[in-house]
Amino acid sequence: MIQFEKFTLPNGLRVIIHEDHSTPMAVVNVLYDVGAKDEDPNRTGFAHLFEHLMFGGSIHIPDFETPLQMAGGENNAYTTNDLTNYYIQLPAENLETGLWLESDRMLSLAFSEKSLEVQRKVVMEEFKEHYINKPYGDVWFKMREMAYKVHPYRWQTIGKELSHIEHAQLSDVKNFFFKHYNPVNAILVIGGHVHTSTVMQQVEKWFGDIPAGTKYNRSIPAEPPQQEERRMEVRANVPLDALYKCWHMDNRLHHGYYVADLITEVLGGGGSSRLYQALVKEKQLFSNIECYHFGSVDSGLLTIEGKLVKGVKMEDAEKAVNDELEKLKQEGISEKELEKTKNRTEATLAFEDMSVMTRANNLAFYELLGDAALFNQDREKYFSVTRDDILNYSRKIFDVKNSNTLCYFAENGSLN
Amino acid sequence: MDVLVDRKTAPSIKLPVDFTIELPVARQHTLSNGVEVYTLDMGTEDVLMLNIVFFAGNAFENKKAVAAATNYLLKNGTSKRSAFDISEQIDYYGAHLNRNCYSETAELTLHCLGKHLDHLLPVIGEIISDSVFPADEVEIYKQNASQRLKVNLAKSEFVANRLIDAHVYGEQHPYGKYNNLEDYAALQREDLLPFYKEHYQQGECVIFVSGKLPYTLISLLDKYIGSLPLRPRNKARVLQWPLQPAAEKKTEIINDPDGVQAAIRVARHFPNRHHPDFQKVMVLNTVFGGFFGSRLMANIREDKGYTYGIHSYLLNYIGDSGWMISTEAGRDVSKATLKEIYHEMQRLRNKPVTEEELMMTRNFMLGSILGDLDGPFHVIGRWKNLVLNNLDEGYFYRGIHIIKTVTAKELQELANKYLQEEAFYELTVI
Repeated sequence: MIQFEKFTLPNGLRVIIHEDHSTPMAVVNVLYDVGAKDEDPNRTGFAHLFEHLMFGGSIHIPDFETPLQMAGGENNAYTTNDLTNYYIQLPAENLETGLWLESDRMLSLAFSEKSLEVQRKVVMEEFKEHYINKPYGDVWFKMREMAYKVHPYRWQTIGKELSHIEHAQLSDVKNFFFKHYNPVNAILVIGGHVHTSTVMQQVEKWFGDIPAGTKYNRSIPAEPPQQEERRMEVRANVPLDALYKCWHMDNRLHHGYYVADLITEVLGGGGSSRLYQALVKEKQLFSNIECYHFGSVDSGLLTIEGKLVKGVKMEDAEKAVNDELEKLKQEGISEKELEKTKNRTEATLAFEDMSVMTRANNLAFYELLGDAALFNQDREKYFSVTRDDILNYSRKIFDVKNSNTLCYFAENGSLN
Repeated sequence: MDVLVDRKTAPSIKLPVDFTIELPVARQHTLSNGVEVYTLDMGTEDVLMLNIVFFAGNAFENKKAVAAATNYLLKNGTSKRSAFDISEQIDYYGAHLNRNCYSETAELTLHCLGKHLDHLLPVIGEIISDSVFPADEVEIYKQNASQRLKVNLAKSEFVANRLIDAHVYGEQHPYGKYNNLEDYAALQREDLLPFYKEHYQQGECVIFVSGKLPYTLISLLDKYIGSLPLRPRNKARVLQWPLQPAAEKKTEIINDPDGVQAAIRVARHFPNRHHPDFQKVMVLNTVFGGFFGSRLMANIREDKGYTYGIHSYLLNYIGDSGWMISTEAGRDVSKATLKEIYHEMQRLRNKPVTEEELMMTRNFMLGSILGDLDGPFHVIGRWKNLVLNNLDEGYFYRGIHIIKTVTAKELQELANKYLQEEAFYELTVI
């Protein structure tokens, strides 16, 4: 059970304080309610590019990093399709340095032309490093476009194409900042070796006078239920054929999300999981196979991906995957398998809770979902999943009409 | 503007150089067979990590790929349990059992909830004493390891990582050698069995356990591991091999004609942790490329935008070390990136770092160590480093002292001694 205090400043900033005196450190976590799903389809990748610009100096503080490093702090940030999150860890005595830095960049950035010019290049190199210069690096551009027709999950956080990043203008940066980066759209979590009453005063001092801003109410169209099987073939210069399959699953707050999460454990969690045992070890059709989902806030994708053993035909490999799913839909899982998935989940949650940084991250995330207290209900939600839930849910989602299949062929692969 | 808050002036801070930093003390135990165990009881969650280190890295193999294959296949079958049964037992209790093979050591690492340890240790004991390496498991491994290698060989960064070590240490040196497809093809079960017997069943090992530890820990370890014919670590052994570096200092390879980035590695040999310069160079390295505020990052990423990231670091080997600069830069700016790397070496040689930069580096390093010391797994990692390198906690405290007191002049002297362009091997893989 994670203890915390929650209050809201008059300007709308939600503040959560989580004391943990087993560490000498403090963390400052600021989550902004904006992600790649809030982007214009013709200017994708912007939320993430913007995250880089948050380190380019704020209105009163030209250099974000130096004072933080002087105080013994470290920081980083990440952007997803759903949100943007910034975090600092520093010795608890120097907490106020973190509040000073974060509050100033929430107040306003410096909007430096040089910073935009450099970070455009940095992000383009990031794009190349992870998505162009890698075998299979283009899979998720293609898969998302196939699986989503309406919802902005149809592009990745990095963006659809390099040119969108290349063409970002300083006016776009300013508009984006004032639309999304203000107290009413943010969640601040302070954790670690801190005292709630002192922190409350410090937070009021540094964040209290920042103008509230306007609440951003997104109107993202829900992805309509998929009604037909979707398939795509890709041929590229890669060493091995690979198979990717995705099915739409429920959103983060739905009971189905927890069931889907446990289904990924049954199919792909560990060396005794069904897909690994049947398809890598027994039938030797795949050299590796994974089953996972993305933890998305809105309806996400349950995914199976694997690389085929050289010489195995794509249709045989795919049929074997489908047979495993069919077996699950017919027979469900045993009581022991259910216990196993729950034990694994229990351990995963315990390991996550070790770090005050992860706890602060999670508190912010659950507050974004609606209430930080949801954090403490996760375990119970997993443990309430029954064998019938798994059976029924696998019947529901593993429907061919809900499936997206991408067959990735190695060019000239059949010759080897 | 609200006059009450002065946003231009940084709040007062307690400088990390004024902190007293203490390494939580690990307890040392000896099992009945003489194997040393270091334990660190720390943390509030019921989790622990059991790390068993064998001297079974690729330095000890007579045929390529044998050490890695033996390590990987440890949990793929004993005389009593199949690979599936072992995985099933580990997975059922929500545990993770990882294997890692390095140049000098090879490890088994168990992460689990403390309450399940007594169900898991019997399996660990069995893996160490009774693995049988079933022929079909060896064949599956050969096939899948080859496939993994094929995919990796399509990545310029993977190719660069293995070649730079070969250039610095030589292809026959344990740090420099790497496995090719034909090495996997030539592997046989008969190669693994004697290696397993010598380096695991009757091998030298040392154990590290951290987390919230059950009070029965040592008796459980003694029952399942202390009863095996393992040997304590031979502290007198010297882990060093002759260097056979490449003749050419600069190499450029086209791995993918359509590649849009260049994997750049610039590296040199460096002495091990016992060398008096080592800990001072850790500070110099931090200034050079060891963190976000470093010279390499500030110039090549934050000013020029040539790369998403550039880092320098000292390599974590026991016998010898190395100093590495690593980045993925745009293909069109790869030459310019190299020029700037050497330019930053030159700046460190020619001009002492400013007091402000040095102070920032000291504080950053100390803050980072302090942050590291709040988690049991990080703390035991530091102990493991000390133990495997035949060092004691005095080394940790000397390191802290050096971070607090090393001077700009000393750093400049070290830059002149080590950061010489001619001493570095340069490799670009596109």
